[in-house]
Amino acid sequence: MSDTADNLDDLQLEVRDLAVHYDGIRALHGVSFTVLKGEIVTLIGANGAGKTSILRAVSGLIPYNGAIGFEGQDLKRVAAHQIVKRGIAHVPEGRGIFGNLTVRENLQLATWQRSDKDEIAADYDRMLVLFPRLKERQHQPGGTLSGGEQQMLAVARALMSRGRLLLLDEPSMGLSPRLVQEIFRVIEDINRSGTTILLVEQNANMALRIASRAYVLETGTVILSGTGRELLGDHRVREAYLGT
Amino acid sequence: MSESIVYWLQQTLNALQLGSIYALIALGYTMVYGILTMINFAHGDVFMVGAFFCFIAAVYLGLPFLPTLLLTMAGAALLGVLIERLAYKPLRNAPRVSAIITALGLGLFLENFTLALAPYPKHIPALLENVTWDLGGVSVSSLQIIIICLSLGLMFLLDYVVHRTPVGMAMRAISWDKTFVPLMGVPVDLIISVTFAIGAGLAGAAGTMYALAYPVIDPYMGIMVGWKAFISAVVGGIGNIRGAMIGAFILGGVEIMVTAFFPSTYRDFVAFSLLLLLIVIRPYGILGKPRTQKV
Repeated sequence: MSDTADNLDDLQLEVRDLAVHYDGIRALHGVSFTVLKGEIVTLIGANGAGKTSILRAVSGLIPYNGAIGFEGQDLKRVAAHQIVKRGIAHVPEGRGIFGNLTVRENLQLATWQRSDKDEIAADYDRMLVLFPRLKERQHQPGGTLSGGEQQMLAVARALMSRGRLLLLDEPSMGLSPRLVQEIFRVIEDINRSGTTILLVEQNANMALRIASRAYVLETGTVILSGTGRELLGDHRVREAYLGT
Repeated sequence: MSESIVYWLQQTLNALQLGSIYALIALGYTMVYGILTMINFAHGDVFMVGAFFCFIAAVYLGLPFLPTLLLTMAGAALLGVLIERLAYKPLRNAPRVSAIITALGLGLFLENFTLALAPYPKHIPALLENVTWDLGGVSVSSLQIIIICLSLGLMFLLDYVVHRTPVGMAMRAISWDKTFVPLMGVPVDLIISVTFAIGAGLAGAAGTMYALAYPVIDPYMGIMVGWKAFISAVVGGIGNIRGAMIGAFILGGVEIMVTAFFPSTYRDFVAFSLLLLLIVIRPYGILGKPRTQKV
């Protein structure tokens, strides 16, 4: 179990003493963790533990105290739309699909910071292969898709920006067990093709099974960390999050 | 042609001219509403300032029509961006009523600032040679044709920008929900400024054309025209671009038809009553839809 990276070259994301306030109420206080290149790191914890705030701080959507470093560079003063360009893609909670834009437009919009036209076209075709359902629906407004299809679209859209780190906020939320299996299989595939993943999940069981390492959050702070396997076996995690 | 057909064609042409000018202004209201869910009540006065820019370009700079139009549009666009950056952006997260009061105050400021500089109505010289043709009894002026064609051209251009370009795509995404738009790599503040620039630029074009059609301008000319353009946008379904155009042509049509049958003092009373009725029947406007609940 390693909380700090032994090899700095492998360090992709470093969060130090992160604190976030909403309207004067502390959502996070002093959260620190690291994500290494190629890992799947998962943050688990109950509702209101501050998991979503962490992801939003990393992608620059909310102000914070503390430090967030990505591939050795401080992100504090980088605007959210620039953070995408630096290589962080974010699938937000609730998917954030633009219901008035077609599936195709949703995917195109995420390439705003890219200028490599041919590569964008190739990536678009790759997404339709990876998510065949989106191919059937590419000219439909995003709002007409089912929950599962919207989740696939949200993941595909994040991949279109070619981030090296993918932030996933509750990708299994509201999906049937079969779709949950499918989305987790996709996450593992994406990771195998070289994308680092920071996954926030309430479905702790599934998340810990695919995670290289995991952090457990409670009321805005990290209370436990370890490899996915270690935490699956930890009695505190089993009682609080796995219901066994 | 029979007399009544000639009459109707004549009135339709007049309605198209009036409707085009309302439409150009209504687009600014609807675009800003679409992207910020805010009514920019100073927009009618941007149209007025546009007419004065037109006066400056035509009289002081002695420019011909096309450079006058382009300069006026550019000046109005700049004014729109300044208004957004200085007055509205600092209030983006403030209570909605603050933004409304600011917009109303800005309108009063623009009116009285213009009044201070131009206490008497100004006369715009004829920038275009106006030829009137008699087509089987219908009198068609070249100015009318230019106003209608130019307005329609600008509307088609805007429709293309909004529906077929990346900037338009970003605008539509922001109008759906701007929370996560930055995650797409889209600079939201820039897109909002572009929206204000386009809306104000179109109001500038409307100011130029209005000044050519009705060549006496004054600092209060934007109030009534602004209200009518705003109502056009609401009738069409506020936030909906094609709706704003349809609403404007309906209002232009209603106004012209009312004056054709009733004393001209009835015009606004009848026109507004009809529009109120339409809103009662279709509260979201002609093309507007109730917003689907977002998750």
